[in-house]
Amino acid sequence: MIDTIVNFFAGVFAGDKSLMLWSIPLWPLLSFAAISGLTLILWLVRQITGTPENMIPASDHRYADHNHPGDYGDMPVPYQPYWFRITAMVIGVVSILITLYFAWTLVFGALDEFGAGTFGLADSAAAHGEEVAEDEHAETEAGHGEEAGHAAEPCAPCIYGNEVTWLALGNADDSANGFVEGEDSSHEIGVFLDPLNATLLFMVPLAILCIFLYSVGYMWHDARQAKFFALISLFSAGMLTLVVADNLMMLFVGWEVMGLCSYSLIGFWYEKKSAYNAAIKAFTVTRVADVVMLLGIVYLWSLAGTLNFRDILYNPEVLQAIGSTPAIFLGGWGFSAAGLIGTFLVIGTIGKSAQFPLHVWLPDAMEGPTPVSAMIHAAAMVSAGIYAIIRMYPLFVGMSNPHASTPTFSEPLMLMAIVGAFTALFAATMGVAQRDVKAVLAYSTISQLGFMMAALGVGAYVAATFHLITHAFFKALLFMASGSVIHAMEHGDHHVHEHGHGHDVPDEHGAHGHAEHFDPQDMFNMGGLMNKIPVTFWTFLAGGLSLAGFPLLTAGFWSKDEILAESWYGFNSHGSFLHLFVFVMLAIAAFLTAFYTMRQISLTFLGKPRTEQAEHATLGGQYSIVSIFMQLPLLILTPFALFAGFVGVPADFEILWIPIGRLFASIGGFFHHFVIYALPFMENGGYEVFHVDAPPYNPVPVGTSIIVGLLGLGIGYLMYGRKPLEAGQPDPLIKILGEPIYTTLQKRYYMDDLYNLILVRPSQAIARFVIAVLDKGIIDSILHGIAYVFTVTGDFIKVMNAWLIDGVGDGIPKGIFAFGGFMRRTQNGRIQAYLLIVLAAVLIIGIIFAISAGAVLAS
Amino acid sequence: MIPLWLYLLVSAALFSIGTFGVLARRNGVAVLMGVELMLNAVNINLIAFWRYMSPTEVNGVAFAAFVIVIAAAEAAVGLAIIISVYRSRHSVVPEEADMLKG
Repeated sequence: MIDTIVNFFAGVFAGDKSLMLWSIPLWPLLSFAAISGLTLILWLVRQITGTPENMIPASDHRYADHNHPGDYGDMPVPYQPYWFRITAMVIGVVSILITLYFAWTLVFGALDEFGAGTFGLADSAAAHGEEVAEDEHAETEAGHGEEAGHAAEPCAPCIYGNEVTWLALGNADDSANGFVEGEDSSHEIGVFLDPLNATLLFMVPLAILCIFLYSVGYMWHDARQAKFFALISLFSAGMLTLVVADNLMMLFVGWEVMGLCSYSLIGFWYEKKSAYNAAIKAFTVTRVADVVMLLGIVYLWSLAGTLNFRDILYNPEVLQAIGSTPAIFLGGWGFSAAGLIGTFLVIGTIGKSAQFPLHVWLPDAMEGPTPVSAMIHAAAMVSAGIYAIIRMYPLFVGMSNPHASTPTFSEPLMLMAIVGAFTALFAATMGVAQRDVKAVLAYSTISQLGFMMAALGVGAYVAATFHLITHAFFKALLFMASGSVIHAMEHGDHHVHEHGHGHDVPDEHGAHGHAEHFDPQDMFNMGGLMNKIPVTFWTFLAGGLSLAGFPLLTAGFWSKDEILAESWYGFNSHGSFLHLFVFVMLAIAAFLTAFYTMRQISLTFLGKPRTEQAEHATLGGQYSIVSIFMQLPLLILTPFALFAGFVGVPADFEILWIPIGRLFASIGGFFHHFVIYALPFMENGGYEVFHVDAPPYNPVPVGTSIIVGLLGLGIGYLMYGRKPLEAGQPDPLIKILGEPIYTTLQKRYYMDDLYNLILVRPSQAIARFVIAVLDKGIIDSILHGIAYVFTVTGDFIKVMNAWLIDGVGDGIPKGIFAFGGFMRRTQNGRIQAYLLIVLAAVLIIGIIFAISAGAVLAS
Repeated sequence: MIPLWLYLLVSAALFSIGTFGVLARRNGVAVLMGVELMLNAVNINLIAFWRYMSPTEVNGVAFAAFVIVIAAAEAAVGLAIIISVYRSRHSVVPEEADMLKG
């Protein structure tokens, strides 16, 4: 056991690629274990030595941050000394640094080895077979001997892979359920690296590292860093497990770990009622989807007998079999098994990636600390949903072909296209009317995820991946920047309170005049922060422009443009109206995105401060730890948010006849060629649906994306930026849209209220009914009845006990006692009495002797 | 010659007197004297039976000699006990020396 572990780490540090791949999710997991273990030890030591303050009430001054008013002030929360919290932060950051090192070593090593253009699809599959076989061999030598290495299979796009038997299922003679007769089945878990997850392995650790660094600053004044870093490490471990997994089972494990962590992190400040409500909401909503997803996984396993991506997706026989089997239900409506499984998995993603109608948890998830929001929105949770679909894409496509001359769409594809396109627009409209700086970003996340879903629905596989990566960069940047803004506003609020004139300035607390509680997240309380926190402003601007799709420069433009180009291509060449629907919806959504981004930037940073709090907003000194740690990650991410898009510029791109694509000729279209090889190409099975080349240049989508981007930004600037709002001035959008529409948008189309009415209330009513009738009425009656029977029996036994057992038990000693008392009286100590007895005895003996002697003589 | 039963009668009388003395007298020394009487009654029996039943052997005489020796020893020990009881309790009444009473 210890040998195995030592050999494993020795192998990792010696550069064994497959072991390195295993180790990637391990580092944050170790960090979680280390912080948790140390916390436990510290707790025990302090408990034993009697040091107080293991748990202190949430209203204690060490937590009594007036910006986080606790609804439950007396709720105990853990408290650790300062040195321990620093240690926890160091452990967390170091673990992610190691992860980043190994992940990038793998990604760049693979790039070097295989070259950018033919990444993964080298000249001969045999070379890869050898590569994999070598890894297997090394791995077996490294001490995993007891875990049977998976036989090397020709899997073209897979670069490094490694599998161990996790669960031997024995010889189940059940060929109807996907088992092969007479063969031992087993469930294998493994890791692999292919172009698709390589791109995520480039992005995810980097984003997570930035988030960790940012958390150091953001959580500096919170006393719960240890808990925070433990949980966020586990969160990262879940995401990285999901990324490196080579089977759906492990993917689902990572998926659920993230679900758990998002729950605990959204409810991190659990003394706030809104926070724990949001946590429960997020958990419940995603759970609904996960159950459906699990159904899909189980169904897939029962059909294919395996959950390994390579065995399913790169095996045309399995794919065709699944694609042509009628589904177990709804089969009569033309659903194939692949269609049903795909639909189930899409529903899982709709929950995880917050698509309509399960998007309601994501805006509420803002209750968590801002780094968690960045984690959920950019690096991990929502990306995981999209990633799962991209991973399993051939299965989703089924027997349809969205790229054919008469495009066909399988049910999951159609579902994705419609839900994605609708969500993109739906969420964008809600984002327009939000007041909360983070809520705008939350809706933009939902909207951008809708872009990806829609792209996947129309077969734009690479474009969706591209947007996933660029979106993660700029959204992480935006969230962290908005967190800086909030932090600065809280500082300002603190300043105002300290100087004792916070409440005597009338009407300074925003448009609706919150008299007692100042909301540091309300954009209408901000304004003019450009000069207060310049680094945050410039980085926010970069991220915002990227989100808005500012033409040519920003990453967001290129990825969004690719999605639009793909969908336009489908309509233009093949006359597919689903493509057109997606194109139109996304174009409008892109326009709204640009508009609300500009609105947000203008309201937050431009003009003059609208409140005293904004006047005093600061990150606390230019070179303070908080300021450094909160701005460094922004500076790291800004170049990625701006320039990461250049890897995806199509070589034939031109604008106004200027061939811009040629500027990037050396890396032109690199991303597309890189990722497309993650897909299997199965020409012999008639299954070739993925075109290797990006759609040819077309001025219509390019023009559209440039126009909607610039138009949205321009209108936003005209409305909010040119003449910045004064304090107390209402949103000019109210006049344009009218009060009812504006309120509807702001209230999220009343969907939360609707769910509350049709789902939450009835559940509560049922719960109350169950408590009253079932629990108190029936179950309690049964229990009381049983208890009564036992009481009566007990009483009977008690009587029996007193009468019989005690009678016998007490009688014996009593008799002995009485006999002793009698015998005692004979021992009177008088020698003559004894002698009298002796004499009597002698006389008796003498008489008996005489009689018997007489009898003897007489005979 | 005096018939055997007369000896036995004397012996029985003497034994009975001794027994009465042992059981009835309050004085410890008198009790011891009763014991001596009983022992001597036994001696008479022994000698009488020896003389009438087996005069050629020495068994009866030897037993009588043993009994006399034992009587002497018993008298010595008994008197010593009575003296030590008297020293501690200023009494020679056996009824009062009831420390072994259960």
